[in-house]
Amino acid sequence: MSSLLETAAHPENLRRVAIDPISRVEGHGKVTILLDDKNRVHQVRLHIVEFRGFEKFIQGRPYWEVPVMVQRLCGICPVSHHLAASKALDAIVGAKYLTPTAEKNRRLMHYGQILQSHALHFFHLCSPDLLFGFDSDVAKRNIVGVAEKYPETARRGILLRKFGQEVIRHTAGKRVHGTGAVPGGVNKSLSIAERDELLRDIYQMVAWSRDAVQMVKELHHRNPALYNSFGAFRANFMSMVGFDGGLDLYHGQLRGRDENGNMLFDGVDYQNYTDLIGEEVKNWSYMKFPYLKPLGKEKGWYRVGPMSRIQNCDFISTPLAEIERRAFIAYSGVMPMHAPLGYHWTRMIEMLHAAEMIKDLLHNDDITGSDLIVTGERGFEGVGVIEAPRGTLIHHYRVDENDLVTMCNLIVSTTHNNQAMNEAVRRVAQQYLHGHEITEGLLNHIEVAVRAFDPCLSCATHALGKMPLEVEVLNEAGERLSFLSRTGDGVLG
Amino acid sequence: MNQNKQTTFTLDGKTIPFSPGQTLIQAAMAAGVYIPHLCFNPEFKPHGSCKVCTVKADGRQTSSCTHQAQDGMMVESNTREINDERRALLQMLFVEGNHFCPSCEKSGSCQLQATAYEMGMMSPHFDHFFPDRPLDASHPDYLLDFNRCILCSLCVRASRDVDGKNVFALSGRGIESHLIVNAKSGRLADTGFSGEDKAAHVCPVGVILKKRVGFAIPIGSRSFDEQPISATPHPQGACPVGPRSNAATLPPHPTVKDV
Repeated sequence: MSSLLETAAHPENLRRVAIDPISRVEGHGKVTILLDDKNRVHQVRLHIVEFRGFEKFIQGRPYWEVPVMVQRLCGICPVSHHLAASKALDAIVGAKYLTPTAEKNRRLMHYGQILQSHALHFFHLCSPDLLFGFDSDVAKRNIVGVAEKYPETARRGILLRKFGQEVIRHTAGKRVHGTGAVPGGVNKSLSIAERDELLRDIYQMVAWSRDAVQMVKELHHRNPALYNSFGAFRANFMSMVGFDGGLDLYHGQLRGRDENGNMLFDGVDYQNYTDLIGEEVKNWSYMKFPYLKPLGKEKGWYRVGPMSRIQNCDFISTPLAEIERRAFIAYSGVMPMHAPLGYHWTRMIEMLHAAEMIKDLLHNDDITGSDLIVTGERGFEGVGVIEAPRGTLIHHYRVDENDLVTMCNLIVSTTHNNQAMNEAVRRVAQQYLHGHEITEGLLNHIEVAVRAFDPCLSCATHALGKMPLEVEVLNEAGERLSFLSRTGDGVLG
Repeated sequence: MNQNKQTTFTLDGKTIPFSPGQTLIQAAMAAGVYIPHLCFNPEFKPHGSCKVCTVKADGRQTSSCTHQAQDGMMVESNTREINDERRALLQMLFVEGNHFCPSCEKSGSCQLQATAYEMGMMSPHFDHFFPDRPLDASHPDYLLDFNRCILCSLCVRASRDVDGKNVFALSGRGIESHLIVNAKSGRLADTGFSGEDKAAHVCPVGVILKKRVGFAIPIGSRSFDEQPISATPHPQGACPVGPRSNAATLPPHPTVKDV
């Protein structure tokens, strides 16, 4: 798997510009750009140099500990890991089907996670770029600037996220790193009081989510030249869809489409994901490059996340989100949307769907039921897949006869998008950097492209714009020609 | 001397009645006064090894679980000096083993964790040892996670004194001390251990665990979620040994929740 600008033909005489670190949640990453003496771009790479090690140190631990331990991979969407692991371990305890109460409480937890994560990403982290402009005054390009100029927007973002966190707290016991899901079910259901507390605010959350979709939709309509082309590249799509082909973020089967929207595969049981997905290792990144085996390494890379899911499903079960899905598809036209900024629009459609699902679940009597856990014939291997806020999340475990984990394989959402993010960064470098001097605004263009994917490698997206950056230009002898840095509080140096 | 006179000692300014033969901690617990402790369990003969229950009796430091109360004794327990020492002991216990509370199923019901909270321990302070201690998952229904052993010997005492089995023992000396089981193979499955044993239910931390229970108890319902350990004198469900002259004031003794 290689692409234009991945590897320069003659790197020896080129200048190297490094954005290092791209501050991240889960370790370290950087962007390197090789330029010639006329500032023409010859090579761009997004390097993920994190190393987590969870797959190794979960080995030898009892399986029932796994959902609580592996969620510590992440402080942003731990619920996704918690649920993916629990789904995988359902097979170990022989729970082919959960009780209605267990499944609905897990779904409620998951939709709470989707709501809070999408709200955080859009309002707190990306709205400054979208509302003020990518190269606007850096001092105001943050959530505080949004709060000053658009106070109601900022307030809604904060309260939407808070509501999602409360849903998680009531289903998992804590807002972050709870224990609600256990192999075979859940350890608690919603109490009547908890349900009523959430019901008080859910209608407001649905309304605000709908407004958020309108807001991002208007941005697209107002400036289609930018939104349809910024960092755009063509790629395959993959996501899980429900067994009926509808959007389902909790359970279903795998579906893929090519860059023209034609079906590549459908109805794939995720237990067989290893037949579908291979992982390539490149010597310049610690993150693997997944690809669809039937298409091979060169052509098999793909995108996951909201833009894949919304364009991959046949329909959305909740009415308001379905109206917005149709509007998005109509805007895109015959061909799928490929521009990374389309992620924001689709992300907000999903947030609306999550809010509607929470409303429906709160009105379902099963949510307060008492039948929590099922077990059956003991298994020794399990795969759990969930559509996390950032995309398809795969957990795979083997457990021995003494109940200890012997193998763990995790493919997280950001890993699926590795090649896609590299492509987006390359397009932006071509579109905006090629032949120009380096400026802070340029740095932010690259960040905007990475940010659109909401990768879990970015304090860029998860530290309120306080992403420290350093860019240095070296000559072929390694001597620094110029240097630009931005501190965590946005000060250029 | 008046035979009917109630013998008492003073604990942090409070008068504590006691009966002949009672230790300081027994009398304090009977009076509803909490003295931090780990290896003490009123159901078993005191061991005096963890030193967390150390108090200053008539100006001299002593283990309150082994020191018999004496009439008129002046005892200090809840003082800054003693609590600082208790905190240091707890910190040493944390760094000697591998105590990863975030993913430990005993979290919320663990006496070590609860006592550390009680003592205001905010960090381990010392460098972690990170010892290599493999699990023993050989038994079909119980798991031994030696990473969390604090060498309290409660399982040793329960197996020996109640179960009559001697399944557990402490081996080695000093920093090499460790828990072993009574089988040539070294595996719990090859001992006479049973889930019915008293020893299966006395571990104050997360070493002896019933398999496949995990996180079945939700956050909010665990032993120390509602109230701190100081309000739950002995979570094993045992009552203090000896007469309880002030039993009416005793807080309830909740049991560690077991599934």
